[in-house]
Amino acid sequence: MTYHNPPTPPRKSATFDDASLAEIRRAAATGIYDIRGGGTKRHVPHFDDLLFLGASMSRYPLEGYRERCDTSVTLGTRYAKKPIELKIPVTIAGMSFGALSGAAKEALGRGATLSGTSTTTGDGGMTDEERGHSELLVYQYLPSRYGMNPVDLRRADAIEIVIGQGAKPGGGGMLLGQKISDRVAEMRTLPKGIDQRSACRHPDWTGPDDLEIKILELREITDWEKPIYIKVGGARPYYDTALAVKAGADVVVIDGMQGGTAATQDVFIEHVGQPILACIRPAVQALQDLGLHRKVQLVVSGGIRSGADVAKALALGADAVSVGTAALVALGDNDPKWEADYAALGTTAGAYDDWHEGKDPAGITTQDPALASRLDPVAAGRRLANYLKVITLEAQTIARACGHNHLHNLEPEDLVALTIEAAAMAQVPLAGTSWIPGRTGI
Amino acid sequence: MPAFDLATTPIRDLNQALHAIGQGANDRSFEVRNPRGSHAVAVGCAAPVTVTVHGPVGYYCGGMNAAAEIVIHGSAGPGVGENMMSGRIIVEGDASQYAGATGRGGLLVIKGNASSRCGISMKGIDIVVGGNIGHMSAFMGQSGHLVVFGDAGEALGDSLYEAKLFVRGKVKSLGADCVEKEMRPEHLTTLDRLLSDAGMSGARPEEFRRYGSARRLYNFNIDNADAY
Amino acid sequence: MCGIVGLFLKDRALEDRLGALLSDMLVTMTDRGPDSAGIAIYGDAVAGRSKVTFQADAPSTAFADLEALARKVAGESASVRIKDTHAVVELATSAVDALRDALQAAPQGFRIMSTGETIEIYKETGLPKEVVSRFDIRTMRGTHGIGHTRMATESAVTTLGAHPFSTGPDQCLVHNGSLSNHNNLRRELSRAGIRFETENDSEVAAAYLTARMKEGRNLGEALEAGLADLDGFFTFVVGTRTGFGVLRDPIACKPAVMAETRQYVAFGSEYRALVGLPGIDDARVWEPEPASVYFWDRSAAAGSALAA
Repeated sequence: MTYHNPPTPPRKSATFDDASLAEIRRAAATGIYDIRGGGTKRHVPHFDDLLFLGASMSRYPLEGYRERCDTSVTLGTRYAKKPIELKIPVTIAGMSFGALSGAAKEALGRGATLSGTSTTTGDGGMTDEERGHSELLVYQYLPSRYGMNPVDLRRADAIEIVIGQGAKPGGGGMLLGQKISDRVAEMRTLPKGIDQRSACRHPDWTGPDDLEIKILELREITDWEKPIYIKVGGARPYYDTALAVKAGADVVVIDGMQGGTAATQDVFIEHVGQPILACIRPAVQALQDLGLHRKVQLVVSGGIRSGADVAKALALGADAVSVGTAALVALGDNDPKWEADYAALGTTAGAYDDWHEGKDPAGITTQDPALASRLDPVAAGRRLANYLKVITLEAQTIARACGHNHLHNLEPEDLVALTIEAAAMAQVPLAGTSWIPGRTGI
Repeated sequence: MPAFDLATTPIRDLNQALHAIGQGANDRSFEVRNPRGSHAVAVGCAAPVTVTVHGPVGYYCGGMNAAAEIVIHGSAGPGVGENMMSGRIIVEGDASQYAGATGRGGLLVIKGNASSRCGISMKGIDIVVGGNIGHMSAFMGQSGHLVVFGDAGEALGDSLYEAKLFVRGKVKSLGADCVEKEMRPEHLTTLDRLLSDAGMSGARPEEFRRYGSARRLYNFNIDNADAY
Repeated sequence: MCGIVGLFLKDRALEDRLGALLSDMLVTMTDRGPDSAGIAIYGDAVAGRSKVTFQADAPSTAFADLEALARKVAGESASVRIKDTHAVVELATSAVDALRDALQAAPQGFRIMSTGETIEIYKETGLPKEVVSRFDIRTMRGTHGIGHTRMATESAVTTLGAHPFSTGPDQCLVHNGSLSNHNNLRRELSRAGIRFETENDSEVAAAYLTARMKEGRNLGEALEAGLADLDGFFTFVVGTRTGFGVLRDPIACKPAVMAETRQYVAFGSEYRALVGLPGIDDARVWEPEPASVYFWDRSAAAGSALAA
């Protein structure tokens, strides 16, 4: 009788998984690191791992349609003569003309204005489309200073000094040649068609002591009217917040690693920075230690999708959130109706991230006139306004259920965590226990 | 002639008065005394005024200047004329780091030496320096002209785009993608105009050498990775 | 992230004014750092005598027995001067180690800020003008001095976290910038037996220089070695009993201005700090070069500088 070895099924390595193997082959074939847009795609602890407790016997909920739950927020109350008053605590994050089409920038302005909130320029200067259609516009002050000029500075409603962003704290930008159209090239004073390199530090100051003097200059130029925001990537949120405050910020913006970018190295997006969940409490702690929580406002971003995310961010101590990726999706980005076009690019709706290549089937992250014409800025603006309305209503629903008449009255104590990781990062108890890892007991 | 003594008057008052200048205003000559290294002197000017500063200024004097002529009888701190749009700034003494950073237009004249990163990320400004300039000058310079009578420090024109650099003295080293280029007649003409605009005599255009971008970093190529 | 000032006198006629000049320089730099301030003054040397500067959070109780202790260890010639939260014990140089051992055996509510033949260090949380007046710095005389006002980056706002840092006899260092390899360096230096009081990157820099000087290098050589071993952004101004040095990192984007006349060498993070100095309008004013060391020593010919 012969003995047959039972067949051994093929087994792939967990370490060298398909994605790792594909990347090694891609690197070997091209000699260039992988550049893409978007934010981190790996799983990281997020707001999903938090739950609200809701009111029942010990606390009383508010009546949904009668009892008011305010959503307004004022940003820039510390020094600015003209703080920004928002109807909802959700703003549109900075995205550049260049990364986005003019029509997409217009649509963002329309949607935000319908919703009573602000939009933000990006690394490419201010366009008439977005200024004209944004009632409240935040002007980013970036290391490249593309398109920077005093006229736009004065017609902005606030100035956001960008030190870093969640997708790449410490890194500069990269806009590949395909998207440097005539208009983008002119606005950025660059030759057409080149791969643009962006600096990672500002050209004329380094460090918070010099930043304090830069802020003085910007305030003097704008006659102390505009709120000054400082935006940092989620890296060392306690120190970064404290130093932003010492440098003189009116508003601190912290962007977690889920926050998107127009284009940078995949290794940067996936391996540098912290999830927003881990950034909020240390930032709030810094503000509280300085006696300035709610006086210097905290805006957080990176992976905000729903009203639950908004409510959770506010409960942890933020004053407002920003949405970028979600706003693009609301405009129509990665919509399955363009599936055939996505397939032709070798991807699928929902996974498309090669925003730097300028071939966006949805006509949003492109400078190609034919593709850009696919986006109707009026209809897209309407969709964005609808989306912002929904997530605001969702956040209000949760706040009322927790007994609050203002979103800002949400507290960390309204939350529990489903996982130990989320409990540690958000510094709220693991559900069913009083255990906050790192704070109480073991 | 409005005069501001910064030993007794806040900087806010000076800048506010400069910003309040309207069409048809008669007082268009400002005197500033005792700046003693103050920051943000005469920033954000938007009208054709003359500002004469007697003494050394701190950071960002003449920042984002448009149309105004600012003369500093003293030295200038970091970032003099940063992001200047038009007009003219003259520094009779030395300038610190980042002189004319990201400037988009106008003319910045530094009669003494300029420190490191002179003309960093310049986008159209013309800068004429009577003495030497420090390291990393014209880093990522996109457009405009930098003219240096003396020597240049290390890494001149690193990662340069289309800014044109003219140096009469020695260059300690060139930065990544910056090369010496032929001085053609049109460059001599440009240089002649810049020297004359700056009111800087004592040198002929033929005495300068021209440096510009080799344009090897314009499209990413892994073989140039060492330069990134 | 901070403001630094330093003044090294060549003209003895200015020595009575050192404290006043340095105080004005430091107060001018207040905007650069609101958290804490400190000053090191190198006073007159008395042969065979040393000074130990102490700091206490509760000086009235902590310093109550200090004089008795000092006399017990160092004999009747030991004296104590108390200035607010600081106390300076003057004693025979040969008794400094005995005093230190006695303190170690019976821990007290105070800490040693500096030891040396001429150095005294005064530092506290708060603004420069408060620190200067608490310790009556303006009336102090001396040969050279260094001051610092701090905007804390990644370590605590405490008295010990304030600059200057002193890690060896008559040595002190102030720093503007942020080191990025100080944790690894701290571990190496700790293995070599150096004790650290804070988590501050600048204390590591000071200890690094002390370690190099213990190996027999002079201050200039120790600073040169630092260029190879320290990573990040840094401008240091350092003092020794007779020397005054400046080190600027290769990137050199933190501000630094120097001035020299026949009477003095001065350092400021900004020119503003120098405007009150006598004869400044005629001084040679320059910015230190990147990756360079500048070094003056009173025991050598005045005005010698060494640039890498």
